[in-house]
Amino acid sequence: MADRKSHQSLTPEEQKRRRSRSLALAFTLGVLVLLFYVVTIAKLGPGVLQRPM
Amino acid sequence: MSTMSNSLVQPQVESLATAGLSQGDVSDFFALLKPRVMFLVVFTALVGMVVSPSNVHPIVAFVSLLMIAVGGGASGCLNMWWDADIDAVMTRTAKRPIPAGKIQPGEALAFGVTLSVGSVIILGLVSNWLAAGLLAFTIFFYVVVYSMWLKRSTPQNIVIGGAAGALPPIVAQAAVTGHVAWDSVVLFAIIFMWTPPHFWALALVKSGDYQRAGIPMMPNVAGPDSTRFQILVYTILLAPLGMAPVVLGFGGLAYAIISLVGGFGMLALALQVYRLREGEPAMRVAQQLFGFSILYLFLLFATLLVEHGFGFFRPVFG
Repeated sequence: MADRKSHQSLTPEEQKRRRSRSLALAFTLGVLVLLFYVVTIAKLGPGVLQRPM
Repeated sequence: MSTMSNSLVQPQVESLATAGLSQGDVSDFFALLKPRVMFLVVFTALVGMVVSPSNVHPIVAFVSLLMIAVGGGASGCLNMWWDADIDAVMTRTAKRPIPAGKIQPGEALAFGVTLSVGSVIILGLVSNWLAAGLLAFTIFFYVVVYSMWLKRSTPQNIVIGGAAGALPPIVAQAAVTGHVAWDSVVLFAIIFMWTPPHFWALALVKSGDYQRAGIPMMPNVAGPDSTRFQILVYTILLAPLGMAPVVLGFGGLAYAIISLVGGFGMLALALQVYRLREGEPAMRVAQQLFGFSILYLFLLFATLLVEHGFGFFRPVFG
């Protein structure tokens, strides 16, 4: 209830800022995923993907 | 009952929601990381890496550098969180995101702690735990030892606190080699010795600001004349130290020339600062020393970067 009210009270400018923060967070998370993948390949080599199941 | 509890609780929840609503844009959060300081951290750390022979994978080196940058930014963010009260009364810092009301102190604290912990853990996992420990120590030293303790209690604040700003080359060398050697310690010493003349030149110009904020900078405590003398002493120590990489064999011919000419430039300006003590000329020469000190440090490190990173190294001896 309180959450909905605070949503209703957001001005267009506040909504724009929140959207930009959310996008930046999503971008950062995406970069982290990519980073971990690339570092894994760099440290362990491409053979890490060819393991017996 | 439910209506009554709603009526009692609701206004409080609403006010909390309003108070906790961030006004910050992405650029405000980026500003919390002190981008210019972060650039200096990346730059000096990169030089710490290139002067250290290693066969580390370039991606591992890149991610290590990125984590050192993020750790440096995180400590800047935590510094802004702690110093928001004094930032608000200084003209140079009043527009920072927290005193400007764009970001709540709690947000900055959470942001800084998250980045600190994240950068240290990722650096440890990607490179080694010696580098991660050194990065954690750097953040701790800057936030707790410098910001929380020394900055408001002693005029030696930037002398001792300068160690935090000088550590990135050591962290970087540890990240790519797994150990700390003399060359990165010398780079540490150069930045450490450069810090007092650099900041005290600024403090001479901005002493009113620091006085208003109640920060015991050297000109406010020991007086401008004593500060000028100490600037000269530190510069006399800095100029030959700047040439130490040549003696130790990792500074080449170009570095020898740049450090010699730059060292004389620093000495000449420090002497001018010592001699000119009154009025506009005194302020102008202090401003010039502040500006030149940035150029001096940049040129020293840029020359090492070019010599080692692009194959231009020509030894002076042998």
